Amino acid sequence: MKLTKTLLATTALTVAAGAVSAEDMANSMTIVSWGGAYQNSQVKAYSEPYAAMHPEVSISWDESSAEAVAKLRAMNEAGNITWDLVDVEAADSIRLCDEGLAMEVDVDEMLAPGEDGSSAEDDFGDSLISDCFIPQIVFSTTVGYRTDMVGDTPPSDICAIFDLETYPGKRSLNKRPPANMEWALLCDGVAKEDIYDVLATPEGQDRALAKLDTIKDQTIWWTAGADTPQLLADGEVVMGSTYNGRLFSAIAEQNQPIGMLWDAEMLDFDGWIIPEGLPEDRLARVLDFVKFATDTQRLADQAAYISYGPARASSAPLVGKHAELGIDMAPHMPTDPANATNVFVTQYSFWSDYRDDIDAKFQAWLAK
Amino acid sequence: MTASTTDPEKDAKGPMLAADGTPLKKSLSRALRVQKLRALALVAPLLIFVLVTFIAPIADMLFRSVENQIVSNTMPKTTRALGDWDGTDLPPDAVFEDAYYDLFVAAERKEHTRLGSRLNYEMTGASSLFRKSGRGLDDIGEVYQDQFKDLDKNWDEAEPWAEMMGSEDWLEKEAAWEKGERLPKFRLRDGVEEMLPRTADQYSAFASFTHNEDRKSLLKEEPWSAVHTALYQDLSTRDVSGYSGPHADMLKAAAALVASPEFETVDFKEGFGEIDKDWLKPAIWRTLKLYAPKYTSGYFLNSVDMKLTPEGIEKRPENERIYLTLFKRTLFMSLVITCSCILLGYPVAYILSNLPSRQANLLMILVLLPFWTSLLVRTSAWKIMLQQQGVINDVLVWIGLVADDNRLAMINNQTGTIIAMTHILLPFMILPMYSVMSTIPKTYVRAAKSLGATDWTTFWRVYFPQSVPGIGAGSILVFILAIGYYITPEIVGGTTGTFISNRIAYHISTSLNWGLAAALGAILLAVVLLLYWAYDRIVGIDNVKLG
Repeated sequence: MKLTKTLLATTALTVAAGAVSAEDMANSMTIVSWGGAYQNSQVKAYSEPYAAMHPEVSISWDESSAEAVAKLRAMNEAGNITWDLVDVEAADSIRLCDEGLAMEVDVDEMLAPGEDGSSAEDDFGDSLISDCFIPQIVFSTTVGYRTDMVGDTPPSDICAIFDLETYPGKRSLNKRPPANMEWALLCDGVAKEDIYDVLATPEGQDRALAKLDTIKDQTIWWTAGADTPQLLADGEVVMGSTYNGRLFSAIAEQNQPIGMLWDAEMLDFDGWIIPEGLPEDRLARVLDFVKFATDTQRLADQAAYISYGPARASSAPLVGKHAELGIDMAPHMPTDPANATNVFVTQYSFWSDYRDDIDAKFQAWLAK
Repeated sequence: MTASTTDPEKDAKGPMLAADGTPLKKSLSRALRVQKLRALALVAPLLIFVLVTFIAPIADMLFRSVENQIVSNTMPKTTRALGDWDGTDLPPDAVFEDAYYDLFVAAERKEHTRLGSRLNYEMTGASSLFRKSGRGLDDIGEVYQDQFKDLDKNWDEAEPWAEMMGSEDWLEKEAAWEKGERLPKFRLRDGVEEMLPRTADQYSAFASFTHNEDRKSLLKEEPWSAVHTALYQDLSTRDVSGYSGPHADMLKAAAALVASPEFETVDFKEGFGEIDKDWLKPAIWRTLKLYAPKYTSGYFLNSVDMKLTPEGIEKRPENERIYLTLFKRTLFMSLVITCSCILLGYPVAYILSNLPSRQANLLMILVLLPFWTSLLVRTSAWKIMLQQQGVINDVLVWIGLVADDNRLAMINNQTGTIIAMTHILLPFMILPMYSVMSTIPKTYVRAAKSLGATDWTTFWRVYFPQSVPGIGAGSILVFILAIGYYITPEIVGGTTGTFISNRIAYHISTSLNWGLAAALGAILLAVVLLLYWAYDRIVGIDNVKLG
């Protein structure tokens, strides 16, 4: 292990040494995101304009955000951080911050002020949920269904997932517990406001798993956000959970016979974290990029490619039409009042505390 | 050499000599040694390469299956104190005190979450408990910090603390320190340790953290609240009236405050209970005591669905028992895959070896073509073939064998894994079979037939026994490859068609339970070696031919 470490460290040194530019900023950057339509929107709205301004910079994208916490832990243990900027969900950012794996961010100093003159801190407001989190978007995890496979009664209730009689056929659900556990309890009769209290107890966790047990052999478990739209398009599943922007892409851009359910969708933030312990030149480049990529206009631009709401208040008025289709984006945002009639706000602090516990149980249950 | 020449001194004629006059035996062994060294030097690059890149990492990884230093390293005082606890009811108050100080430092270093994750492998709930406690511990210390601060705001300043705790010598160096230089090692003032032992201890811990991790001067950083807690403890038990060093008045005023009845205190046990009531249950303390040793059998027990408890080794609760099932499933499915490879591969190899070489070569390319195609591509192709709206199901529906609303589930289950893996591993079966079969002289078959044997007898009594070494070689290859297969079951296996290797991969890359992954890997390795040994005893490894 010692030797491996030394080898890795030397490699890292040589790479870093070779990358120092005249301006003391590294010229290459590895950004980690979720792949698919979402990553695409980031490339279009952030990195392509940035690369146009700085032609010397090469940006490579990695699609490992689903395993970001584990991989950052492993990188930290090996003493070699290969990522420069990582896109994570709110709860994961708290976990990474608690573990000292993400860098603390001084919002007002490092990020651009709002275009309307407000300070960055005011502009981001409630979305600054941890000291390390640089918010980008508001998204929701929701359910899509095949319009041609549900008969005359398209589902309007989240519990349709558990209703094998009315909607027979396979479902696809996230291979990780968040959203699944909440929905299971909700459909098992737990009141919305009590869900996290129940889920904090071992009995509550078992209860959620027991509910999921009823559809276990009818479920395909996905690991990437693009899986469910693919499975729906193939007709492999009758319904499945995924992020609302992915469903929007499948419906509006690819004209698939898919419908979207706006009921008890899990509202959540997504944003950047900068790994702790980056060398100075790489850090300088990342900070420069982040300042650009999270300014008012860029966040609003991203909404032209995917239906996620910008995290800055000042970006909201700038959200316009879809870049290619020319349709209004606002009605497709998870924050639109018509969509947000029965939202379920994810409790990040709960998931950052309980993720390890529930993951262990959930994975053991899956393997059974 | 005969016996008489092996002992030269007894030999009247003296030792047999080489041309240069040295004893022949010596000169011979020298020549041999040189030869051996030369041979070793030739293989050395490979040997070192294998050692460094293969054996050493494996050994290092396997070592993790018993390593358990994290508990005693993160909570040194607590684990030591728990050694004397009998494990019934709750540990004594002193243990809570040690746990407070240990956890406080761990939380500042952000190591408590790792310990929480480690203990969570043994006791679900430990991870959230430690994360919450990391945030809640400040509440205990702040009670004291605030009271001292209200008395004299110097108690919340960096300099007075440093002047009181540090030696003159060190203070001078610290004051002269500039950014970028090495920070001078902190030294306690003489007598402080005797007067305020806990405070000295906590301040030293704070000093080492500030110097080594934060790289800041102690003259700039005000101490954290654990130091104030320690000060309260010291002042409530020790007499400081004789002290005359720096800030003596401040310290004496604080002592007076502590002695006054208005001074508010927090019991450590209650404080912990307020953070989470699980601290007031014996379970977490037992787990800590149980996993305090530097080495543990916990991971290996976990891999066979057992658990270490204070009462001895027990089975895990029903819903956590998964590994034995997975081991059995892996062995069973590997066996099924090996058998189907034999059934499918044997006729192909037979035809290959009996065709004229032109046709045989063409067929050989057909066998090898998938072998050269990317594994991922072949697996993904099976996904398209096997899925419910896939090619095979479509054909079956079209023929009318299967109803449209009742399509076969051939993927994301065991069937999918078996089909895809049989296809992927088939060349490993055909190739050794073919090379063995092509060495079987055709004359034997002709001879058998000319002596009146039927086709079947000829095959079964003459041909087949000679092809068995090929089957053996193919089976070993396929079986051992199958047992450790990861990517295909991951893609097409769903939840019921996954192998133990998928679980190992999960623990390596997702849950980061490397200890458990190492233990599972060690067991898998042992099983393979055992099977190899059994095979050697039953069939004999000499009978395996690759060509």
